Amino acid sequence: MARAQQHDYDDIPGTFVFDAERSRQGFGINMFCMSLMKDENRKAFKANEAEYLKKFNLTSEQTEAILKRDYNRMLELGGNIYFTAKLGATDGHSFQHLAALMTGSTQQDYAAMMLAGGRSVEGNRSRSGKNTPSKFLSAEPAKKATAKKAVKAKAKAGKARVSKPKSKAKSQKRK
Amino acid sequence: MARIVAGVGPSHVPAIGAALDLGKTEEPYWKRVFSGFEKSQAWMRECKPDVAIVVYNDHASAFSVEMIPTFALGCAAEFPPADEGWGPRPVPVAKGHPALASHIAQSCILDEFDLTICNKMEIDHGMTVPMNLLFGKIEKDGQWPCPVIPLAVNVVMYPPPTGHRCFMLGRAIKKAVESYPEDLRVVIFGTGGLSHQISGPRAGLINSEWDKHFLDNLSGNPQKLVKIPHIDYMREAGAEGIEMVMWLIMRGALDDKVDEVYRFYTVPASNTAVGHIILENKARKTAAKPKAKPKAAIKHKRAAARAKVDRVRA
Repeated sequence: MARAQQHDYDDIPGTFVFDAERSRQGFGINMFCMSLMKDENRKAFKANEAEYLKKFNLTSEQTEAILKRDYNRMLELGGNIYFTAKLGATDGHSFQHLAALMTGSTQQDYAAMMLAGGRSVEGNRSRSGKNTPSKFLSAEPAKKATAKKAVKAKAKAGKARVSKPKSKAKSQKRK
Repeated sequence: MARIVAGVGPSHVPAIGAALDLGKTEEPYWKRVFSGFEKSQAWMRECKPDVAIVVYNDHASAFSVEMIPTFALGCAAEFPPADEGWGPRPVPVAKGHPALASHIAQSCILDEFDLTICNKMEIDHGMTVPMNLLFGKIEKDGQWPCPVIPLAVNVVMYPPPTGHRCFMLGRAIKKAVESYPEDLRVVIFGTGGLSHQISGPRAGLINSEWDKHFLDNLSGNPQKLVKIPHIDYMREAGAEGIEMVMWLIMRGALDDKVDEVYRFYTVPASNTAVGHIILENKARKTAAKPKAKPKAAIKHKRAAARAKVDRVRA
């Protein structure tokens, strides 16, 4: 779905950040998922999925994504993972099953990847090539910051020197 | 006077709760996780807090998408475990501390932190799992060792509060606790994280280097952490890893200088890197009087210097 506004986080690959825009668009999806917290609703949904979904003011795209259990599409259309997980639970799936589904791998491969330390961030930071690690990870920017501070301190010292005559002028005025 | 004596940071992975409830703690996979908290439970038994403030986030249990408060403080007398789709977790109903909680709410709001007040609220795994990790497994008809005050933070809908805002809220909580007349020992929990992404095609992301860096700076250099922008959390630590900002509320509520007394880190628990830290405030001397002195001395020095200058001019 086209975004009304582009954000810095839209550059993160394989990620649909649940922001105010998606929260607004996906209200129906998330309220539907929330309804599945009650057993009678789970039964009603299972008995006739398409009919049950009519209660939630969904777009046809959203209805289709839910019926097809296309979890990535649900996220793209405003679903939030903590909510869509309730649909997965209604289907009797573990969370890891959903995670594997969203990443396009088998549950076995996904579990093996996690045991081996998870998906690496290398090569997974950016769609547009911003793959350099955050400056907060390295010690260098901290040094730079102290260097900046030192410069500021110097500047302050300089100002202090300049301001001395000012204070004299003030005291002269007082006289 | 009430006082915050220590802060603890545990993850709150739901699967940890499930493992505990289903009796899987001795399985090698889970033993690796639970063994990291044995020392912490011994520490907590010795610490014997009178109250625990637990900073956590709700996961579509108490709050859906109908209302999304950024900071919500639990002022109720008790907090039942929420039904998250599999029936409520078999843990005791947590007793609250309404008197201290409403004192904190009042103090923080006057300190310009506009907290939402919850007088009725259920708590989900975000809160009960960390309580289990630090207090141990307690049967449903038992009792948690101390009353709790939940502080639910929105980290589900972007944007969560900034790291700096969280740290400053911690400061305001510290001030509030210290202005409460009753002598209470308070422990504050910052929960969630560490790196993880559970949504979309990038799910499964873990960044141990990032996590280590975060833990390394938490005790001695939190000012570096409060400057981390949200985009860096999401790129480096995963879309859901952004919940690490909650640890900064805990850190802000502690003194500037703290002792790191314990740390544990393991990957994975289900989809998440498990991080844990215990930070203790140093024992305080009666600091009020000596603090006042240096200020007076400086004033005096300045006055003396001014007098000297005047004398020279004259």
